Amino acid sequence: MATWLIRRLIQAVFVVLAMTVIVFVGVHVIGNPVDILISPEADQAERARIIANLGLDQPLWRQYFVFLNGALHGDLGRSFVFNEPALKLIAQRMPATMELAVTAVLLSVLVGVPLGLYAGLRPDGFLGRSIMAGSILGFSLPTFWVGLMLIMVFAVFLGWLPSTGRGATAAFLGVQWSFLTWDGLRHMFLPALNLSLFNISLVLRLTRAGVRETLPMDFIKFARAKGLSPARIVMVHVLKTIMIPVVTVVGLELGSTIAFAVVTESVFAWPGMGKLIIDSINVLDRPVIVAYLMMIVLLFITINLVVDILYTALDPRVRLEAKQ
Amino acid sequence: MARTIVGLLVWSLVSSGAWAQTLNIASSAPVTSIDPHYHTLSPNESLDSHIYERLVDRDPAGHMIGGLAESWRLRDDRTWEFKLRTATFHDGTPFTAEDVAYTLARVPRVKNSPASFSVYSRAVTSTEIVDAHTILLHTDTPYPLLPSDLSQIFIIPHTLGPDPATEDFNSGKNAIGTGPYRFVAYRPGDRIEMERYDGYWGAKPHWRHVNYRIISNDAARTASLLAGDVDMIEFVPPTDLPKLRTDARVTLEEVVGNRAIYLWLDQSRTGPTPFVTGPNGETLEANPLRDRRVRLALSLAVNRQGIVDRVMEGAAVPTGQYLSPGTYSYVPDLKAPPYDPARAKALLAEAGFPNGLRISLHGPNDRYVNDAKIIQAVGQMWQRIGVQTTVEALPWNSFIGRAGKQEFSAFLLGWGTSTAEGTNPLRAQIATWNPARGMGTANRGRYSNPKVDALIDQALATMDDGAREKVIQQATREAMDDVPVIMLHLQKNIWAVRKGLTYEPRVDEETRAMSVHP
Repeated sequence: MATWLIRRLIQAVFVVLAMTVIVFVGVHVIGNPVDILISPEADQAERARIIANLGLDQPLWRQYFVFLNGALHGDLGRSFVFNEPALKLIAQRMPATMELAVTAVLLSVLVGVPLGLYAGLRPDGFLGRSIMAGSILGFSLPTFWVGLMLIMVFAVFLGWLPSTGRGATAAFLGVQWSFLTWDGLRHMFLPALNLSLFNISLVLRLTRAGVRETLPMDFIKFARAKGLSPARIVMVHVLKTIMIPVVTVVGLELGSTIAFAVVTESVFAWPGMGKLIIDSINVLDRPVIVAYLMMIVLLFITINLVVDILYTALDPRVRLEAKQ
Repeated sequence: MARTIVGLLVWSLVSSGAWAQTLNIASSAPVTSIDPHYHTLSPNESLDSHIYERLVDRDPAGHMIGGLAESWRLRDDRTWEFKLRTATFHDGTPFTAEDVAYTLARVPRVKNSPASFSVYSRAVTSTEIVDAHTILLHTDTPYPLLPSDLSQIFIIPHTLGPDPATEDFNSGKNAIGTGPYRFVAYRPGDRIEMERYDGYWGAKPHWRHVNYRIISNDAARTASLLAGDVDMIEFVPPTDLPKLRTDARVTLEEVVGNRAIYLWLDQSRTGPTPFVTGPNGETLEANPLRDRRVRLALSLAVNRQGIVDRVMEGAAVPTGQYLSPGTYSYVPDLKAPPYDPARAKALLAEAGFPNGLRISLHGPNDRYVNDAKIIQAVGQMWQRIGVQTTVEALPWNSFIGRAGKQEFSAFLLGWGTSTAEGTNPLRAQIATWNPARGMGTANRGRYSNPKVDALIDQALATMDDGAREKVIQQATREAMDDVPVIMLHLQKNIWAVRKGLTYEPRVDEETRAMSVHP
């Protein structure tokens, strides 16, 4: 276990390093942030002064080593645009994205698994077929369109829910959260639903497939023959067997939901990290781009780790370390 | 029981009263700082105009009016005298000449500023406090535009001490001005909350609270207004205009702004320019874009009214110059060039290209309203006079750097004249590129015309407003006759407010809660 962990961590460090090199070179190739940020009325001397001020007059390799040196001391640089530490900017926006993504993933499990179970147990019923047909829509409709439709229906026509923004927040552990206030929950519902639609469909289909596959298996027949109640067979034996792919997918999807919540965030004007990173890419705010991607890489690595560990809990046959 | 009911009634009255006095504004782009001297960016300046004030303000049409300065006059050619108003900062300290001197000294010293306001303060070489409400500003050379430049600089109190940090403005600690609203909270990427400042010297605005929200997605901004979550939106997307014009729930307020959209043509090369070739793709010996007849032909081939009607949904007006009608130094007799493909063809033939040319037209696709669609439309129009055009739209972040390095031959850009007078675009765009003199700083086509240069210099040295206006108009006429750029249109600034409210639309694109009236 320990060597396995160490190996994974060393891999992680290399992934992060490679990613930072790619971002440095990539941003450098696209253009110079000063061209975008500077006032068009500024003269050439002013432009040169700003470039020097931001350290962009240095050769790229030197800029990179300055960054690495800072990173080793826990400083990922200051945003060119906001003049605040990049990490602080991301930390400010992170809670909003986190609570949205976690709510969306929770929703996808809470809605997707029961629906999938039902569709798997009654594959030929009208409801079972409708659920499957509905899941195709969940997969294929573009998020931004669904988001706008949700706003049009629930906010503009029916007026039940607010259209955009984060609403009232309350402090918990020094951070502002929406899920602690009624107004915040009302604001969160539509974006969370929009973000979870794809995942609901995914989880639902996985669950259904798992159920269909597991039901004819010998151990289920044996459990039936043994006289276990149908409820126990489904809730314990079937569910436990099908959870392995579901946990993998939900785990990975949590990562991508956090990393790619950007469309939903921009449609619902949700002040999360996704909007920050898109705005930062538009103005080539390199410190923020690098810090954000480093965080996302670490997030994915952590989630993969947790998923691997969960495997062993769910399936005793899986061992993290091959025995010599 | 009765008391509970009365209590509830009172509560509901009070709360609906408070609600009625809150104005929710949806702005279209993120504010990058609460520090008013950090970043010359229109969303920042729009927000700052609530909290801070400038010496010289502007009315909705862009004309200069007194802000924190009651009046100003020239003492001699190089000395301006500003008489200051009696006003109080949000923290209770009175506003005096010392704050003006302090602000002007701070502007060039803001750390890490990516776009400094020093472009507006650099003309002032020294300040001289006469008394608490009189200050003299000295310049090296006669500089008639000083009041105009100062209409960009927000005054902060000297009590903030030496070099106040930008972060302390964002946290609210330093966000102290004399404006009609005081800072309450800044939630980055989401909103800025403000409340009415009761010690304000001028007319009290109607709204007690203002939520200045950031909703960058166009469709979401419109939807928020229709859902009643916000009372006003800025930059109404043209695609929603036909629908909103007939919607009984909203009122549109629009005015022709000072943001011109135009095409640059490469004049920097005498030899071949990279994206123009002969009709069969053969390299040309000389750059045809340096021939006025070719430039004029490309200009006459553009159906500006067609672009305005079909691409812009009426949210623009065709133009032949940078400024909107009614602005100081606008040239009334300089109309938008007519649509005349026959003459364009004749001009091309006369210039030696009877079989046309091949051109690649570049432009951004995420910067100006419908930018990519505009260059597509222009491409098709050029096609009709025999100029085979390929159109390439790029993201702004890679486009603007390349445009500044003269990598393109023909490309679309926009210019917003922040100072609402003609020397601003002439000096930055039309004057010959000259880093030593700070002229032609944004002259990305490297157009050069000594006659126009001389007129611009003359305008910049003419202190009398009336006489200067004549010189600027003369320079504009001379320049535009030579087709330095192909002017297309001026964007309209459009706000939508919920029914029952009115807004005075502003030429300078600023969105101000003070100008929203029930």
